[in-house]
Amino acid sequence: MSLWEYANPRRFMALTAKVQPWCWAVAVLLCAVGLGWGVLATPEDFRMGHSVKIIYVHVPTAFIAINAWFMMLVTSLIWLIRRHHVSALAARAAAPVGLVMTAIALATGAIWGKPMWGTYWAWDPRLTSFLILFLFYLGYVALWQAIENPDAAADLTSILCLVGSVFAVISRYAAQFWNQGLHQGASLSLDAEENISDVFWIPLVITLAGFVFLFVALVLMRTRTEIRRRRLHAITLRERTA
Amino acid sequence: MIALVARDLRLAIRAGGGFGLGLGFFLIFVTLTALGVGPTEAVLAPLAPGALWLGALLACLLSLDRIFALDREDGSLDALLTAPLPPEAVAVSKALAHWITTGLPLTVAAPVLAPLLFLPPSALPWLIAALAVGTPALSAIGTFGAALTVGLRRGSLLLSLIVLPMYVPTLVFGADCVRRAAQGLDPTLPLVLTAALTLGAIALLPFATAAALRVNLR
Repeated sequence: MSLWEYANPRRFMALTAKVQPWCWAVAVLLCAVGLGWGVLATPEDFRMGHSVKIIYVHVPTAFIAINAWFMMLVTSLIWLIRRHHVSALAARAAAPVGLVMTAIALATGAIWGKPMWGTYWAWDPRLTSFLILFLFYLGYVALWQAIENPDAAADLTSILCLVGSVFAVISRYAAQFWNQGLHQGASLSLDAEENISDVFWIPLVITLAGFVFLFVALVLMRTRTEIRRRRLHAITLRERTA
Repeated sequence: MIALVARDLRLAIRAGGGFGLGLGFFLIFVTLTALGVGPTEAVLAPLAPGALWLGALLACLLSLDRIFALDREDGSLDALLTAPLPPEAVAVSKALAHWITTGLPLTVAAPVLAPLLFLPPSALPWLIAALAVGTPALSAIGTFGAALTVGLRRGSLLLSLIVLPMYVPTLVFGADCVRRAAQGLDPTLPLVLTAALTLGAIALLPFATAAALRVNLR
């Protein structure tokens, strides 16, 4: 019994059919608790006032946006090395989710930036690298859609994902090279001396977990759709040739 | 490899527009920049490093989709890939030929166009150095993008969407080098970083390009 057994689409479908509803349930529950707690039951920040509550959307979406790309990198590698179709389809399924998460993180950041920094946008290293990440997502999704042969599309997008990851990381440091920006450093790290206060931290972590489950549920759903679409395509091809 | 580079160069010269087109675009871009933001030195001089780099970058982008598209149309790309020459070597040769037809002329022409944007003369050597060191990376990255999109009918717009984000680091470091030189600061650090990017791109990207070409050969 190994993880690779689920590379078999039939096993994958059977497992995810069971897992998926639970993912949705946990995601909805955690998001409801976290967001409800965060928005309704936390005090106002002494400097930021009400606007601090946007953190419960901003931070989880940003977290997912980065880790979705990381997941695509891993699944692309698995596809290139072991040629499991489910892996390539999962990468394909994750990309639009990551794209939307990046867009939400950028948008909520802009909305939050206006009252805090007095501007919607600044060419701050973090903001810039997120914008560049958004562009990489766009290129990746566009390449998937442009290529008709599914295997060639999976190969080429995987290569793009690998090369793009390297350039995305370099771009991040290149943007840092200009200046230190407005955005604060990490405030959730486990090893940092100064984190945000527990009052905000606990609902934020709950929301974060909720968004992770939401991401997993969305990717599973989209992967299942892709597998079904692939099967349908195979069936119609077979009937046409028969 | 040399034969392949020579062939591409001959094609670029005899088919017309190989060298001239990119240069013409660069000239038009510089002119339009001046017309667009206003022709005074106070406005243009701070913009000059970035604008010159942007012009070079876009001129480079313009000729990317021809790297493999024409060869694919007449079938010579398949012949090249089934030849004894490894696809990695094809990728390197193609990138080199692209650089000689676009990056090199741009580097040579940049000092002539720089005074149009009132770039301080003291920054000119650094502009040449940065372009000479940075444009090979643009060609290598562009060849990779062209290999990814070679099988597509409407690939050129997608090509720019894929390639331009990857140009970000080269643009940042290259333009920063010229800007520092124009402001009288020490520009060696960004120049060295640009060179590092170029060396990394030349060393690694041909493998990715070759992988993409192999996929398109199937």
